Amino acid sequence: MPTLLPRFTIDQPETLAEASQLLQAYGDEGRAYAGGTELLLAMKQGGLRYAHLVDLKTIPGMNGIDTVNGRLRIGALATHLSVERSSLVRERLPILARMEHRVANVRVRTTGTLGGNLCFGEPHSDPATLLLCLDARLHTTERDLSLEEFMVGSYEVALGPGEILESITIGTLADSQRAAYEKFQVHEYPMLGLALVLDLDGRAEKVMRARVAVGSVSPTPRRSLAAEDLFTGEVGDTAGRLHQAADALADDAELIDDLEGSADYKRHLIHVFLERAWKQALNTQA
Amino acid sequence: MTRIALRTHINGREYSLDIEPQESLAEVLRDRLHLTGTKVSCDVQVCGACTVLLNDLPVSACTLLAYEVRGREVLTIEGLADPSGELHPLQKAFIEENAFQCGFCTPGMLLAAKSLLDQQPNATDAEIVEYMEGNICRCTGYRPILAAIHRAQGGP
Repeated sequence: MPTLLPRFTIDQPETLAEASQLLQAYGDEGRAYAGGTELLLAMKQGGLRYAHLVDLKTIPGMNGIDTVNGRLRIGALATHLSVERSSLVRERLPILARMEHRVANVRVRTTGTLGGNLCFGEPHSDPATLLLCLDARLHTTERDLSLEEFMVGSYEVALGPGEILESITIGTLADSQRAAYEKFQVHEYPMLGLALVLDLDGRAEKVMRARVAVGSVSPTPRRSLAAEDLFTGEVGDTAGRLHQAADALADDAELIDDLEGSADYKRHLIHVFLERAWKQALNTQA
Repeated sequence: MTRIALRTHINGREYSLDIEPQESLAEVLRDRLHLTGTKVSCDVQVCGACTVLLNDLPVSACTLLAYEVRGREVLTIEGLADPSGELHPLQKAFIEENAFQCGFCTPGMLLAAKSLLDQQPNATDAEIVEYMEGNICRCTGYRPILAAIHRAQGGP
């Protein structure tokens, strides 16, 4: 027998202001509703309970994808599938399209939204892990935030009462930058996501700067500044420090033993997937 | 709003339904309309048994609210064959390739495959596997399903 959802009402605001007011009035009894792929599951399984869902999809213009000041702008309600298939995204930031293509399965990508994924604070988020290594800004009805400021903890983000995520802007990569996203998954959610962005010198012989993050192994995706430092230098030398960098990344992720595997196993995965991401990044055009 | 007046098209037919907001599409299809070809298995959007098409794209009826199909077109397995009774090329190919055993995953497999071939008629082996990876079959080992999708592509 399928599990039935508990009863709730659905509001259909036509403006962000109306949605904000509703959410503020409902307080803990209400929640913003986008694709529902995570929220409805959690409600079905009894983990979350809300008497009122405020459907943001009835507000026009929240799922667009365009550019603003040279940055890619993605409406919070753009689905994973529309990001994956957007010719603009494929042209300006192909790594984002490639990552989105590998989120969950095609049904979840059809329904689930990028903004919803970030607002749910899912620790196993592919998008959050990659965006942490890109120049991403989150634009809410009240302020602009970095992803680091936005992610507070497992299933916890910095949105205040009635505050709604409107869009995400992401800087595109320069020709001298290379990016890779690698993941490992055997169950419903990824067991590891690993993002790497390299800034190379003009001849692609030196790493000037790097950003690296792991997701799915900590309450929120984590960067490691120590690992990033180990990447700078001649490409040949960096290759020799990959295992050291993987250890730094694993240390900073504060791995724990859980049903998805032991901390040792996760550390092993980080070593394997960091090497894959490194090779992938060097072989990929920005 | 406690109840919702839902107008939608299912398998080409117009429906006006009075539903509650929390009802899933699978509940409405199976329990209200008795379209029981849509199967519910994992109930968490992972297995693909409940796949139906919403405006030609696959969704999990187990977790999608019926509310979401207002004004849109739903295709379930009951609507896949031609109204004359002539089976869809994918259905014929699944029979010819023995692409099912217990059959529980088959409605979802057929609809996912339909959406793929409508978008990419010439999908390669790798593209088929990638698109279909969210539809789980515990009987066939997938080979006959892959063969059936290729057969439906027209092939020799």
